[in-house]
Amino acid sequence: MRKDFLVDWTFGKVALLSALIVVFILVSLFIVLYKESSLAVSTFGVWKFITSTVWNPPMEKFGGAPAIFGTIVSTVISIAIAVPVAIGIAIFLTEIAPHFLRTPVGVAIELLAAIPSIIYGMWGLFFFAPFMRDKVQPVIHATLGKLPVIGQWFSGYTPGIGLLTASIVLSIMILPFTAAISRDSFNMVPDILKESAYALGATKWDVMKDVVIPYAKLGVIGGIILSLGRALGETMAVTFVMGNQPVIPKSLLEPATSITVTLANEFTEADTDLYLSSLFYLALILFVMSFIVIVIGKFLFLKKVER
Amino acid sequence: MDAFKKRKLVNNIVLILSTLAALLGLLWLFWILGTLLYKGLGSLSLEVIIGDPPSPGDNHGGLKHAIVGQTLIVLTATVIGIPLGILAGTFLSEYGKNGRIANIIRDLSDIMMSIPSIVVGTFVYALMVKPLGHFSGLAGSVSLAIMMIPIIVRTTDDMLRMVPPELREAAYALGATKYRVIKDVVYKAAITGVITGVILSVARIGGETAPLLFTSFNNNFFTLNMFQPMASLTVTMYDYAMSPYKYWQDLAWAAAILLTFGVLGANILGRVVAHKFKK
Repeated sequence: MRKDFLVDWTFGKVALLSALIVVFILVSLFIVLYKESSLAVSTFGVWKFITSTVWNPPMEKFGGAPAIFGTIVSTVISIAIAVPVAIGIAIFLTEIAPHFLRTPVGVAIELLAAIPSIIYGMWGLFFFAPFMRDKVQPVIHATLGKLPVIGQWFSGYTPGIGLLTASIVLSIMILPFTAAISRDSFNMVPDILKESAYALGATKWDVMKDVVIPYAKLGVIGGIILSLGRALGETMAVTFVMGNQPVIPKSLLEPATSITVTLANEFTEADTDLYLSSLFYLALILFVMSFIVIVIGKFLFLKKVER
Repeated sequence: MDAFKKRKLVNNIVLILSTLAALLGLLWLFWILGTLLYKGLGSLSLEVIIGDPPSPGDNHGGLKHAIVGQTLIVLTATVIGIPLGILAGTFLSEYGKNGRIANIIRDLSDIMMSIPSIVVGTFVYALMVKPLGHFSGLAGSVSLAIMMIPIIVRTTDDMLRMVPPELREAAYALGATKYRVIKDVVYKAAITGVITGVILSVARIGGETAPLLFTSFNNNFFTLNMFQPMASLTVTMYDYAMSPYKYWQDLAWAAAILLTFGVLGANILGRVVAHKFKK
């Protein structure tokens, strides 16, 4: 009998310890990144590091602006492309598709999420970037590139790899998450609400626009924010197609860099303490950015949906 | 045009655009899987799977080192991740329930699931590679384990909570201790669900490259030593795809097809098991 209680007690404590280890890992992640980046933090400060555009390892000058710029711009563009398409897919899956098509199409879209990031990178480098260079970018060049003011964002030297190509590949990668969460939010709308709208003579789009989307709004926004978090941290796909130029490009068609691209390319090459510390600094910035995004998405939006 | 016609027109445009969006999603999937089959199947052969790694410029050799390395790294990650993840999930579901501590741990674990994988890589680099002075397969496993633990915690927690309380009460009424109830009743009832979580987490980490770049690094030689730099399919693909040699690029595509279908297979298996469980 006594042995039983000893086992019981031990098991409870081991389970508690395991749960605490999870917390411990997260906390130590922050502490370790902070400690490793302290040299760069004390050398460059916060504001100077974030705003400086010079990334010059041989001269030991490290500014995070090009990488932070690339991360934010590629994330924003990929969200701008993915969200309308994802909502379209969710509308298709919940309102338009015949029932026998809903599961297979839904699963196929979700398979996009299961393809490893590096596959997107290889496909992007060998197939999508040449397609962009030969077919898409000349068209963009000739049309959007001629516009006043914003024209310069769509002109310039076009090697195929660059900010826009990376953003499109990213948008494909986050598409399945955004679509799945939008679909699930749409499915939560009570049928009776939709039926009463149809009974009043509303079209499918009227029902979507005035009933389903307002009802599912919080879930969809939460899903978009979580996808944004994923796009921020995506590494391999962008490493192949971003171009790894540590500059802020004048045009979206030109090569650029991002935090993850810089880390993937330069981490094992960092030969001085300051260089390595600056890379850890970038990792810390990325960690804080994605942490904030996840917390906003999960706790401001999705928590409300779950209740 | 009257208001009714206009509404119908807008409706039709939206429906067409939505259908096009779905087609676009499918187009990406078929384009990516299509290139994978086209480039990968052509490069796949027995030599690719069991051959020793090629030397620079050599047109012979295979991926034995990467396949074995990948298996060892993922297996070790699983050995670290499964007990920790399942025990932590058990704590949340059976001991913490909806208490404050359990809810905080649950939220932190969910946040951990979304941390960029490359950040995990830099963390393990600082923890295991920098102090020891060299890359190791074990460091790679630790970084993958950190990524899989929150997934297992989440699914274990969810699945155990689906076990009806009456089952537990019946066992308690017979005088069983909490440990016995968990081991003999709760785990038995939820085993399929827990296995689903494990399979899905393996599928998730199996395709990861970024955290391995600076933990297990790469090794163009066959090794079984987890304390040495070790090749993995993903990092080998990265290096070979970026290399100037045509044969190495072909090997990268062969690795890509092995990896993708492995990961997709595990994913589908996880879904099938989950589906059975829900019935």
